[in-house]
Amino acid sequence: MILLKNAFVVDPAQQLEGVCDILIDHEKIVAVGENLSAEQAQIVDLTGKILLPGLIDMHVHLRDPGQEYKEDILSGTRAAAHGGFTSIVSMPNTQPPVDHEAIVQSIISRSRAYGYADVYPAACITKGQKGEEITEMGLLHKQGVIAFTDDGKGVAHAGVMRKAMDYSRIFGGVLISHCEDKDLLGEGVMNEGIVSTELGLAGIPNAVEDLMISRDLMLAKLTNSRLHIAHLSTKSGLAMIKAAKDDGVSVTTEVTPHHLFLTEENVRGYDTNTKVNPPLRTQEDCQALIEGLINGDIDCIVTDHAPHAREDKEVEYDYAAFGISGLETSLPLVWTNLYLSGKMTLSQLVTVMSRRPAEILGLDKGTLKVGSMADITIVDPIVEKIVDSKEFASKGINTPFNGLLLKGWPDKVYKAGRLVVDGGRLVEWEGNAWI
Amino acid sequence: MGIQSKDLINLDDLSKAEIEEVLTKAREMRMILAKEDKKHPVLKGRSVINLFYENSTRTRSSFEIAGKYLGADVINITASSSSVTKGESLKDTARTLDQMAPDIIVMRHKASGAHEIVAKNVKARVINAGDGTHQHPSQGLLDLLTILTHKGTINGLKVAIIGDILHSRVARSDIWGLKTFGADVWLCAPPTLLPAKVEQLGAKVTYHMEEALNDADVIIMLRIQLERQKNGLFPSVREYAALYGLNNKKLSIAKPDVLVMHPGPINRGVEISSEVADGMASVIEEQVNNGVAVRMALLEIMGGIGK
Repeated sequence: MILLKNAFVVDPAQQLEGVCDILIDHEKIVAVGENLSAEQAQIVDLTGKILLPGLIDMHVHLRDPGQEYKEDILSGTRAAAHGGFTSIVSMPNTQPPVDHEAIVQSIISRSRAYGYADVYPAACITKGQKGEEITEMGLLHKQGVIAFTDDGKGVAHAGVMRKAMDYSRIFGGVLISHCEDKDLLGEGVMNEGIVSTELGLAGIPNAVEDLMISRDLMLAKLTNSRLHIAHLSTKSGLAMIKAAKDDGVSVTTEVTPHHLFLTEENVRGYDTNTKVNPPLRTQEDCQALIEGLINGDIDCIVTDHAPHAREDKEVEYDYAAFGISGLETSLPLVWTNLYLSGKMTLSQLVTVMSRRPAEILGLDKGTLKVGSMADITIVDPIVEKIVDSKEFASKGINTPFNGLLLKGWPDKVYKAGRLVVDGGRLVEWEGNAWI
Repeated sequence: MGIQSKDLINLDDLSKAEIEEVLTKAREMRMILAKEDKKHPVLKGRSVINLFYENSTRTRSSFEIAGKYLGADVINITASSSSVTKGESLKDTARTLDQMAPDIIVMRHKASGAHEIVAKNVKARVINAGDGTHQHPSQGLLDLLTILTHKGTINGLKVAIIGDILHSRVARSDIWGLKTFGADVWLCAPPTLLPAKVEQLGAKVTYHMEEALNDADVIIMLRIQLERQKNGLFPSVREYAALYGLNNKKLSIAKPDVLVMHPGPINRGVEISSEVADGMASVIEEQVNNGVAVRMALLEIMGGIGK
């Protein structure tokens, strides 16, 4: 048994925000309260530390199988733990894509053996991600798939998307829509505007995203199904989602730290670490997204962790891969820019980074209630550190945030009662499947 | 005085005073070009690499001959004969070339911003000879020189840039240079060939050629790539020529002493009629001569003694 003492505990699910103790027995939380004591428990004094339910990131690219040179399940789950995440949803645009039960089983069993974070594999909406025929959603769901998406590209045909939405009602799985109109996208590599004009780079207007958001909101209403809009980046898209929510459509959405805190201006200098899809937008979009997140119109924060090898990024901007390695900067970015700046309370932070993702996915997580899995992220609020991708556990060092001084770094992380991060460093243990 | 910036990637890497210095030096070079013995060996013992990832006749030969007149050792690397075809990254190519200790690398590439990669990885000074749809600073300089030669000043002139602004690196350098010297810059193209929010660059925008030509002092026609039509950016070459081609009739709307310029190569009968290209107002060939002079000036200032 482990007794975590004197931490400042934040758990909006039980309206808890104050100093108390948490008792862990094996993988579960067995008591929460003041002045707990337990004989033979290992006591960990957390005076001055802030204790949160383990963070949940419902948008992560693990690249495994097929592109293990960019990331694999081990490096990706270690990166998750290092960033304070105890559960992640892996995106299915692997090689081959996750459209079959065997691949789902393989991802789940390997991630369990490593033990750094729970991985919930999302599966494709369409076979081979070709946008033509829907996958065996029912069988995949039985195998543990709780979300379906063709993330990486949009489902181009409205008829196919409608069928997927209708069919998903059998088991109530959530469809995550990567909203992008390929024809309008053209050769675009960054936001369309004055910066793309000055840099001579092909632009991606907001409408590329908004067109499909609009279509999928209509289809979700038509089919009465559960829709989740991935990586929202536009003010106009947010307005449509808010209107649909007000209209009773069962839709949720997410935003990434880079879409909250960076703009198209960051592309000047052609740093390919700023090349991401959807692209970094304008200050006006960022402001709207931050407001939407604070007032709850946007449900949660995800990283869209998209690790790439150096050779995929150290090339001309036009040829560079899209994506940002985000697992290991998300919490400090949100902590520093939204909590410490006074825009958001710690309860709100936990809500958007743990509780809401659990609710959206239908997981019994995102809280520290008695009986919950002991997934816990502990922050030392004093520690201040400069982002340095050389310290990432991820194979992807592609971050535009290098050099930024931030607070809110995870100090300790417990995954199912086991200490996986201590003093900000990953814990290695003997008997681990990979050693 | 020289040029402060290590590299010349954007025309705005240069201050107004630096541009004036280049133009003054270019005028001296024009005198040398007019002589029988054109050797002006201020770059003896210096080396220039022309690294061309995109086909080019005039710009590459212009830089090559400029370097040779100045006595530098010039070598040309073109994409088809280089490691590019073997899949070497631009960064690796840059590091390899750096070990050969060139003083200047002149580079053209079809991807905007590609020069940043090379500039960061070599000690040599990098001169952009055109990157994608971004900039072409030596063209911007030679256009300024050509206008100044005829008009004496740029301040207050109405300059119309007409054609495929969306894909034009020449336009992006020209707009900046012309604005710096006080011109009233007009851009004219169909909306499908104008980049987003281009008016924020400080130019006036019109879709109607007559409005751009009215009382113009200078007309800069841009080359239209015929493949743009296949991409659906305009319906036919015939319609483009009718709406945005320059002929004698349209030219009469401009001032009587208007200059007609074109960065070349020209599509006769498409964006410009032969009668205009070869007519009294045309200074298209003079631009080529000024191009060599400007490139000699840049190479001497950036590669010479006390660089």
